[in-house]
Amino acid sequence: MSSKPKIGVYICHCGINIAKTVDVEELTRYAVKLPNVRVARDYSYMCSDPGQLMIREDIRKNGLNRVVVASCSPRMHELTFRKALVEAGLNPYYLEIANIREHCSWVHKDKQEATAKAKKLLQAAVAKVRFLEPLQEKEVDVEASALIIGGGIAGIQASLDIANAGFKVYLVEKTPSIGGRMSQLDKTFPTLDCSACILTPKMVDAASHPNITLLTYSQVESITGYVGNFQVKVRKKARYVDFSKCTGCGLCAEECRLADRVKSEFNMGIGNRSAIYLPFPQAVPAKYTVDPHSCLFLTRGKCGKSPKCVEACPAGAVDFEQKDEIVEFKTGTVIVATGFDVFDAARKPEYGYSDYDNVLTGLEMERLISSSGPTGGKLVLGKGDGEYVPKEIAFIKCVGSRDKSTGNEYCSRVCCMYTAKLAHLVKDKLPEANVRIYYMDVRAFGKGFEEFYDRVRREGVRYIRGNPSEIFKRNGKLVIMVEDTLTAKPLEDEVDMVVLAVGLEPRRDAREVIDLLRLSQSSDRFFLEAHPKLAPVDTATEGVYLAGCAQGPKDIPDTVAQAKGAASSALVLLSSGKVKVQAQISWVNEATCRGCGYCVEICPYTAIELVSVNKMGHEVNVARVNEALCKGCGACAAGCLSGSVQQKSFMDSQILPQIAALGGKS
Amino acid sequence: MNSEVRSFLEKHDLLGCVQCGRCTGGCPVTARTDLNVRRVIYESIDEKMLDKMSKLPDIWDCTTCSTCAVRCPKGLKPLEVLIGLREVLVESGMVQSTVRDALESVFQEGNPWKKPRATRLDWAEGLEVKIAEPGEKVENLIFVCCTVAYDPKLQDIARNLVKVLNKAGVDYGLVGDGETCCSSEVYNLGEAGLFEMMVEDNTELLKGFAADRMVTISPHCYSTFKNQYPLLKMEIVHYTHLISELLAEGKLALPKEVSKKVVFHDPCYLGKKNNVFEEPRFILKQVPGVEVLEFERKKERSLCCEGGGGKMWVETESRKERLAETRIKDARALGADVLAVACPFCILTLDDALKAKGFEEEMKVADILEILHEAAG
Ligand SMILES: Cc1cc2nc3c(=O)[nH]c(=O)nc-3n(C[C@H](O)[C@H](O)[C@H](O)COP(=O)(O)OP(=O)(O)OC[C@H]3O[C@@H](n4cnc5c(N)ncnc54)[C@H](O)[C@@H]3O)c2cc1C
Ligand code: SF4
Ligand code: SF4
Ligand code: SF4
Ligand code: SF4
Repeated sequence: MSSKPKIGVYICHCGINIAKTVDVEELTRYAVKLPNVRVARDYSYMCSDPGQLMIREDIRKNGLNRVVVASCSPRMHELTFRKALVEAGLNPYYLEIANIREHCSWVHKDKQEATAKAKKLLQAAVAKVRFLEPLQEKEVDVEASALIIGGGIAGIQASLDIANAGFKVYLVEKTPSIGGRMSQLDKTFPTLDCSACILTPKMVDAASHPNITLLTYSQVESITGYVGNFQVKVRKKARYVDFSKCTGCGLCAEECRLADRVKSEFNMGIGNRSAIYLPFPQAVPAKYTVDPHSCLFLTRGKCGKSPKCVEACPAGAVDFEQKDEIVEFKTGTVIVATGFDVFDAARKPEYGYSDYDNVLTGLEMERLISSSGPTGGKLVLGKGDGEYVPKEIAFIKCVGSRDKSTGNEYCSRVCCMYTAKLAHLVKDKLPEANVRIYYMDVRAFGKGFEEFYDRVRREGVRYIRGNPSEIFKRNGKLVIMVEDTLTAKPLEDEVDMVVLAVGLEPRRDAREVIDLLRLSQSSDRFFLEAHPKLAPVDTATEGVYLAGCAQGPKDIPDTVAQAKGAASSALVLLSSGKVKVQAQISWVNEATCRGCGYCVEICPYTAIELVSVNKMGHEVNVARVNEALCKGCGACAAGCLSGSVQQKSFMDSQILPQIAALGGKS
Repeated sequence: MNSEVRSFLEKHDLLGCVQCGRCTGGCPVTARTDLNVRRVIYESIDEKMLDKMSKLPDIWDCTTCSTCAVRCPKGLKPLEVLIGLREVLVESGMVQSTVRDALESVFQEGNPWKKPRATRLDWAEGLEVKIAEPGEKVENLIFVCCTVAYDPKLQDIARNLVKVLNKAGVDYGLVGDGETCCSSEVYNLGEAGLFEMMVEDNTELLKGFAADRMVTISPHCYSTFKNQYPLLKMEIVHYTHLISELLAEGKLALPKEVSKKVVFHDPCYLGKKNNVFEEPRFILKQVPGVEVLEFERKKERSLCCEGGGGKMWVETESRKERLAETRIKDARALGADVLAVACPFCILTLDDALKAKGFEEEMKVADILEILHEAAG
């Protein structure tokens, strides 16, 4: 350690957030008496300009070489105060924060007790700061490209923005086409734009952009490395169709032995497709794919005498020899835009979704009513001779949302509006139909939403306040058991068709992405942003951003806005070209390290490896930290059996005095 | 006063209610009576209303079928609010005399039917039965149920069970004449103090048996022991579970054909309350000759027969046909020969309804055990 510690202590009132519960003046008087403390001050907002200035001037005038700020969580303002130190010419790691807000004033009521606790926390911080050492921040180059996972509207928008800024983009989409859920929608609320009309041009742009490499029907297998330098491995699944030859003519699908006999995922099972297929007419890329789960040749090794698709294809594109392909590349940043799944209505058995064909989900209704859908947009139910036009139609909102019994406490944010939209479209197609919407609240919060809700009501769509409890069939009609809560009357409403406004849920295979990037989930199981207000597109992993419904339910306008936000965050990194890496990382004392490798196993970031060194004439193993990979989580330091791994700023020599102070041995 | 009322609000999480109406929408009695449990919740938030609310005759309409609780999106248990209000009334001592008598009988004789404790095992006369001895190891401790033990119309259920178990060579023992009401209905009638006492006594008694698990005949006993006896660590199963096991393991032969069309009515205390749906159906499907039919309203969407919730002792007004009668009509329309149940209360209500509808010739109500006994020969 350089010179004798000269400590400045700064106590923040945080308005009244701290001062109301902690006697800040008493705390200040206490602080000056602590060993090595030269100056102690309190102030209403330490993080404000005058607050920081106070610290900077004290450093200059009083020759302070250590600073303790007693304030809010270091997560809020550690960076702010580190900057103040730097500006005053001090190494930023000579700072210690005593959290007297989240750890003290916010969780206590009694002022005397809270003040006593604040003293302890402060005393501990002072004890530690004396032993802190200066650390140097390193910078590394950023690979000038981005990986976008998920090709829905969020992924497409983010890709276009980054590509237009001149950086390379790898857009990885799991299914055979980009477009996501938006491509399944008919019209979009509140303006009733045709979904395909506004989405298709963007899909085509993404596919033809010189900076975008589109990897559809592909899955990210692994991502290693760190911000600025991710190493990515993608599996391009075999499509059994030669991309360069397929012209998208569709003759193969027409001739396929399973033509129109495989359930179409795109049409939510309402319509059928062939085993070799294009998911939907506007799919991008417009190339066919053989579905390995249904194709006769691939499942049984034999399709009649010879595969009809092969015979039918004039370009000779069908190729059953094709194998999965692994593509590897480096990127500087990653955007996760994997979207959502809709709630599985079978999980609410009281609505009879699994039993009755005329109980549909909202997404199925989108397909049924879409002019590109399985009925060409005719609103009919039943098949063949049993075909009929529904006359009494009911919508039920909040299915699988705002419902603890399904584990989804959140509001899905789009179903109120898509219900209004679908009800409008029904009225449009079947003016004679009686349409009612059962609801518990109507949430029309977005721009133009309330106006749209108004319009739909005036078109004659009845809003009945009551959340149905049960549906069963009686004399061929669906009976909805519900209470009209405004008249307090129980109803048995007989209808021809029910549409369940199913909510949005995290992708059922979200685990894959979580494992790839070690993402966290919030309590609603969507991916967790770094801060709900101030870092809504960032994640805890630097260089990894979120966009769209992967982060939480949202409509298209919000999805696009967030995608642009994520793209902008990624671009900050890409255009600066350099990134600082964590300085508070671990460090191995090679002299005492026994090379047991326990830390190597523990490290979640594969940042430690064993290397062979010569110790007094013997070749032995010792652990070595990869400084770029280490995130400073401290797991290795806590785990090392011989105490040889230490985390900088949290070394035993630094935290033991701190702990001792908390233990009361002052 | 304030703290007490506050605890009613907190205990039932009344502020969590969003007034969506899912409870009332699914409540089987709302359409027939004045009960509107959503409104009861809404009005009970005001502490000054509690006394008045407790005097509403509507609160006795509830059958404790639990539909409201299963459907509530906010995790409330509306039926518990009604039971809580019954408690308020019971505490004030103003309950119907039939209710008072039933409670008194549980306290004195260990059953709500005013029958002497000493005659509890009379149903078993002339039968070969095994009575469990405290401390002696037994695999299946059988809890018969007061209603089954005393009601001549139901005693056959117990007899059939014993015969079937004897036939299958099952290691079992009856709790015997010390068996005391599980007090499910005591709880539902709002006598919380007595219920607590009965739980303590019963826990003590049942702990004395060295049993791996206890098998109940009634879903009401099953549900109560399983969910409301926190200190009784024994595994509790319904008899349909035990029989399913025997059938699956091939330990119970069913040589006789029973050529009947059978439709199963899910008892609320087995189905909605405890998610036991498959075992009864599995059993029926094993019976040779039986054709298993299904109600439109089955399993999670089953219709309550209105036997529970203390309804055996309270008469309430009704505007419409009894649900048990609806059930009988539906069974008839399906062409069922037998409406099968696995609950003594269901038998009583459905059998009454069968007679009221005059369908005794065409159809009968029977416990699964009766069919099983016939098939076992
Ligand atoms: C019935 C219904 C109607 C709606 N109507 C409207 C409306 O009218 N107006 C409106 O504004 N909003 C509407 N919405 C909301 C709208 O659908 C969403 O806002 C939008 O689709 C979100 O886009 P996204 O890109 O975030 O997610 P998605 O559309 O779900 O796209 C995600 C993409 O990522 C891919 N993916 C997933 N996992 C992986 C992986 N591991 N690797 C690679 N790729 C992966 C998926 O295949 C998909 O292509 C509606 C929603 C529903 C359910
Ligand atoms: S091999 Fe047969 S089943 Fe498979 S895609 Fe070709 S025609 Fe269809
Ligand atoms: S948006 Fe509307 S329908 Fe969807 S969960 Fe929220 S309140 Fe319910
Ligand atoms: S279902 Fe639950 S939230 Fe809805 S009204 Fe009933 S108690 Fe309230
Ligand atoms: S338990 Fe059944 S009868 Fe009672 S209020 Fe709830 S739904 Fe109605």
